[in-house]
Amino acid sequence: MEHIKTLNTKNLQNTVKKGGCGECQTSCQSACKTSCTVGNQSCEQK
Amino acid sequence: MSLIHRYKSNGFNIVLDINSGCIHLVDEVTYEVLPYLEEGLGTEAIAEKLENKYNREDIETSVRECNKLKEDGMLFTKDVYENVIEEFSNNRQTVVKALCLHIAHDCNLACRYCFAEEGEYHGRRALMSYEVGKKALDFLIANSGSRKNLEVDFFGGEPLMNWQVVKDLVKYGREQEKLHNKKFRFTLTTNGVLLNDEVMEFCNKEMGNVVLSVDGRKEVHDYMRPFRKGAGSYDLIMPKFQKFAESRNQDKYYVRGTFTHHNLDFSKDVLHLADLGFKQISVEPVVAADTEEYAIREEDIPQIMEEYDTLAKEMIKREKEGKGFNFFHFMIDLTGGPCVYKRLSGCGSGTEYLAVTPWGDFYPCHQFVGEEQYLMGNVDEGITKPEIQKEFGGCNVYTKKDCKDCFARFYCSGGCAANAFHFQGDIKGNYEIGCELQRKRVECAIMIKAALACD
Repeated sequence: MEHIKTLNTKNLQNTVKKGGCGECQTSCQSACKTSCTVGNQSCEQK
Repeated sequence: MSLIHRYKSNGFNIVLDINSGCIHLVDEVTYEVLPYLEEGLGTEAIAEKLENKYNREDIETSVRECNKLKEDGMLFTKDVYENVIEEFSNNRQTVVKALCLHIAHDCNLACRYCFAEEGEYHGRRALMSYEVGKKALDFLIANSGSRKNLEVDFFGGEPLMNWQVVKDLVKYGREQEKLHNKKFRFTLTTNGVLLNDEVMEFCNKEMGNVVLSVDGRKEVHDYMRPFRKGAGSYDLIMPKFQKFAESRNQDKYYVRGTFTHHNLDFSKDVLHLADLGFKQISVEPVVAADTEEYAIREEDIPQIMEEYDTLAKEMIKREKEGKGFNFFHFMIDLTGGPCVYKRLSGCGSGTEYLAVTPWGDFYPCHQFVGEEQYLMGNVDEGITKPEIQKEFGGCNVYTKKDCKDCFARFYCSGGCAANAFHFQGDIKGNYEIGCELQRKRVECAIMIKAALACD
């Protein structure tokens, strides 16, 4: 493409089918404690 | 409402396709084409609007490229998750998988911004007994259903003031995990005052993560984190934290600070910590009522935004020089990251995650401890108020009216229930200053990825 560079092709919709196992870390157990930061947690199924 | 979030940062034109999570870097013509395309205009109409600024061929190829991405499900993707999450929350068995154990409601520091009121949480000083801690771990195992990974954070107050109980509970957890086919992930949050070689050695063996509280530059840290008699704590804790971080190979820890109205130039604090060798850094805005002199105010926001930009640019520079470090709130995983269920249901407070007081009472999270209407059970009787669990379980980005239209909803997942409660008296409310800063951090995090990808 000339006009657009796509950084990632991950599509959140694909996680609807196989997501939801609940094994990943609770966000406040990492370093938050006063906010809520979920987007940077890792998936355990990788 | 728009299906994309478009912004300019550090010379990049960035487009986030909100519902797919795809991120596109676009040229000027495409940046201007996109809103017209979203309005439903055809190539001809868009060309008419923009032909004074761009040549026709560029406009046409740009429209073609955008349409191709749309066909591939990477642009203008629709939000299909609302029904999915509702069905998911209704069908999912409620399990508890994480506990914040308030091992000590007491502290050897008197930090000015402490939400725990110098460790005492609107109550009395107390240490958790081994018996109460054991019952909490038993409760966790019994209520964790099929989840294998269980998380226990030793929190306070200052947990090292009750260190023997921490060690005994880790030992008990390790015995029990074998019997029940579970895996405990223990973590510890400490101010460092009582940190010594023995504690470090134990933590390096048993703790999956340690959070080391330090605010940054000495004068900043000492002003907000004094001992009870007023002396600063920086000189005592800093060398120990440096040693601890090294002993963990600069991994699986965070130095975690809080910035306030008094250090709105907090990028200097983050960089101070980086200059001291720390590689895992988290520095967060204080959350405090606006009656507090150190509270972040509406008028502080522009400066904070600029600080995040400054920090992001410096991080890119250092990364390119091989001196990079992680800043917790700029971390974003564009290739993996959490599934949509996790992103929509948030931190799990009041459902998957509970706080336990020294005497064994349950609250939805550490920030609700002492709010008596949220007392939801105890280690002897279990959950006595399932309605509280249900109320928290019903919290997601679609049940919070301010989140529905926010581009960052898949990154903060509806924000912190405690902040919403403290600022709007409703866990389904929001904390607007927190939201604005969160959006800025997401923008910076994406920009950093863009800058590193374009190198």
